[in-house]
Amino acid sequence: MSDAEPESDDGIWHLRLYVAGETPRSVAALSNLKHVCEEHLAGRYTIEVIDLLEHPQLAQGEQIVAIPTLERRLPPPVRKIIGDLSNTERVLIGLDLRQEP
Amino acid sequence: MRELEHCPTGISGLDLVTSGGLPRGRNTLVTGGPGCGKTLLATEFLIRGAEMGEPGVFIAFEETTDELTTNAAGLGWDLDALVRDGLLVMDFVKVERDQIEQTGDYDLEALFVRIGFAIDRIGAKRVAIDTIEVLFSALGESGILRAELRRLFAWLKARGVTAVITAERGDGSLTRHGIEEYVSDCVIVLDHRVTDQLATRRLRVVKLRGAQHLSGELPFLIGPGGFSVVPVSAFELHHPAPAEVVSTGVDALDEMLDRGGWYRGSTTLISGTSGTGKSTLAAHFAAAACARGERCLFLAFEEGELQILRNMGSVGLDLGQWVESDNLRIRATRPTQAGLENHLTALYREVESFRPDVVVVDPITDFHAMGSSLDIKAMLMRMVDYLKQRQITAVFTSLISEREPEDPTISSLIDSWVHVRHVQKINERQRVLYVLKARGMGHSNQVRRFELTSSGIKLLEPETGVSVGAE
Repeated sequence: MSDAEPESDDGIWHLRLYVAGETPRSVAALSNLKHVCEEHLAGRYTIEVIDLLEHPQLAQGEQIVAIPTLERRLPPPVRKIIGDLSNTERVLIGLDLRQEP
Repeated sequence: MRELEHCPTGISGLDLVTSGGLPRGRNTLVTGGPGCGKTLLATEFLIRGAEMGEPGVFIAFEETTDELTTNAAGLGWDLDALVRDGLLVMDFVKVERDQIEQTGDYDLEALFVRIGFAIDRIGAKRVAIDTIEVLFSALGESGILRAELRRLFAWLKARGVTAVITAERGDGSLTRHGIEEYVSDCVIVLDHRVTDQLATRRLRVVKLRGAQHLSGELPFLIGPGGFSVVPVSAFELHHPAPAEVVSTGVDALDEMLDRGGWYRGSTTLISGTSGTGKSTLAAHFAAAACARGERCLFLAFEEGELQILRNMGSVGLDLGQWVESDNLRIRATRPTQAGLENHLTALYREVESFRPDVVVVDPITDFHAMGSSLDIKAMLMRMVDYLKQRQITAVFTSLISEREPEDPTISSLIDSWVHVRHVQKINERQRVLYVLKARGMGHSNQVRRFELTSSGIKLLEPETGVSVGAE
């Protein structure tokens, strides 16, 4: 997975969504995420969905505790957001697309 | 209700106070303030488990695996080796508040995945989680977190592992966030407090569903080799009472006792002012035991081993030969920071490893300086009970002031009592000894002068005219 990552300077946002199985919450999170990305990052983002039930070792390796967790892998610094991403305001702040009011 | 199966912790003393261990396949909450030994208890629980062939998983929220490994090494444990042997998995779970933005509902499924993955990797039977409080500080107090913790504890149970979960002590509650509500099977409270400049560690089993446990606070010690909990070993006075008698080590003193010595398994106090020969008397007792081929544990709190060997050599006691033959083990420690509890725990640990027939504690304490609080009495009672239960014949020395040799507190606990003191004559100080009591046998009421000669303690023939204070 990690070798396929884009370079940081190509302006592409690399987002990773950790889920554990296909739960209503993870489906909602992905849909919420796509919505935010289309609105604010159209054409310059990739979303990778990692199902920890299939890759349990990544939970430890990537320090994931809560589900869903959204990780902004690029651009640096790495940021983590937890929850179903239903609070768009918090998502934008968490991704650093908007300053804390 | 189904019989509760125990999971022996393997931690010295803890299995005794929990009548066999923690509830197997269930959760035990270990709570206490900072620095009280929670992490260590959790660590040792896994180490002892590994020794018994039960692999363990350590989920660390506070310390990194490197820190845990280093701390454990300080107590003589090699966590790396356990990891290599597939007996231990350590996972440092890093959750930092400033890195986490909450955007809606979440659960802790990833944590479950981590723990589950670790359990499956080595077939773990034990899990330690240290400490759950970090989740509250990182994720914030919320209904979600509470529900998830409740689910976590149920899930651990369903996985069939025996888990130790640590938490911070709260003000007026067992844990700061009331987690004890979710862990109904067993709660252990650790305490580390300083009273009279004396640090003491105590452990209390608050709740152990479906099993008997000792209530009340039990002292424990953290030292090389880990935890030692000192149990109150005797609920009732069911000590064995052998009729066999062992020599005091001084022939003339044996003769002052109708049975010719102390009963095996009894406890004798040798009290006296300083420099009267208490230690020498005790050393005679030790040497006599070794000469009989028995093992003697000599706990010294005032002198080092070499000094004891030299000093006793000067009165004709060659203790060195017994050390060499492994009949005698001298353990010398400084009592300055150690209270009576530490003496007790040190004694407990040495007895478990050396399995002596007789024990000398020199001195057990300076009762006069420490006062005679209930605390001390309780501690002394534990020591006496413990030794009696093992039929170990014990001799304690104690510094007691000249004026009040008879303290009823101490007297009720011990079986025999010899007091030594100086008597001021016109141009010399003489040493005298007398038997204050000897349970279960008659004894001489004579006050006997004695001398420390190059061939040991010599009691002089009784003479008239020696006056002793109130007896």
